[in-house]
Amino acid sequence: MTMTRFAIPIAIFVALVALLGIGLKLDPREVPSPLIGKPAPHFELPQLRETTRTFTERDMRGKVWMLNVWASWCVSCREEHPVLLDLAASGAVPIYGLNYKDKREDGLAWLKGMGDPYKLSIYDFDGRVGIDYGVYGVPETYVIDKAGVIRYKRIGPLTPQIVKEKVLPLVRELERA
Amino acid sequence: MLRFLALLPLLFAASVASKEAPPAAADPVLEKRVMALAEELRCLVCQNQTLADSNAPLAEDLRNQLREKMREGRSDAEVVDFLVARYGDFVLYRPPLKATTVLLWFGPLLLVAAGFAVLLRRLLRRRSIEVAEMTAADRKRAAELLAGTQGERR
Repeated sequence: MTMTRFAIPIAIFVALVALLGIGLKLDPREVPSPLIGKPAPHFELPQLRETTRTFTERDMRGKVWMLNVWASWCVSCREEHPVLLDLAASGAVPIYGLNYKDKREDGLAWLKGMGDPYKLSIYDFDGRVGIDYGVYGVPETYVIDKAGVIRYKRIGPLTPQIVKEKVLPLVRELERA
Repeated sequence: MLRFLALLPLLFAASVASKEAPPAAADPVLEKRVMALAEELRCLVCQNQTLADSNAPLAEDLRNQLREKMREGRSDAEVVDFLVARYGDFVLYRPPLKATTVLLWFGPLLLVAAGFAVLLRRLLRRRSIEVAEMTAADRKRAAELLAGTQGERR
């Protein structure tokens, strides 16, 4: 009798602890983006280096590519940078940068000092394109398919593990499509 | 006194003129609308603050976007849709009722209902125990015990 009497409250307690434990493990910063599966929002912005030339997502039609949002003031970008350099060197996917709410000279100095993994970077001074892409925690990374649809979004720095397990398999699959 | 009365219309004139003076803020009506809507929206950077409370640069940018869209004549609902399309339902402090949010909306009610069910069961069970009638044999034994004739069997 006493066993069953306590079994139920203990079971409820254990279930509650498990539930709260899972809750602790979840990252509230990882908000599922409503943009996945939707066409990449249109932009046309001047490039960071060649200020007179613009770049738009339409230039990338028919290609699988990666858009990486970065800024010289962003601490996590520093952590992510070597991963991007490695990925760029492997040639697996072209990486384009979106220099977000930065000073142009700071952005250029960053690329000069740390290396430039980007085919080119565009310059979003007022963060408007960032808002269109739902950016709120730089760095953020998007994988966009040949039809211009966003297939993957990462909020926060890319790690070698994420690149290996998520990004590269997805790029390979999209390339085949 | 008469002279004072003669001055009265002037006083009114002054108050009328002061009403016509342009407001200090750019557009207080619009500003009020922006802030009212911003109270309902979550700042993505500091997630437990509203867009109205937050000083994060992104919150400032988003408030500017709200202001701009409203100035263009968009309705509150259109402005909210603009943000939801970019940041998801997470920006809303009152999420819409959907298949994915049913548990969020009705989970607490469900827990209360479960609590009441347990309570009710307990109460009913307790009552059934209390109601148990004494049998004639029980009464006889109780009487004997009270009288001390038999006492405890040794």
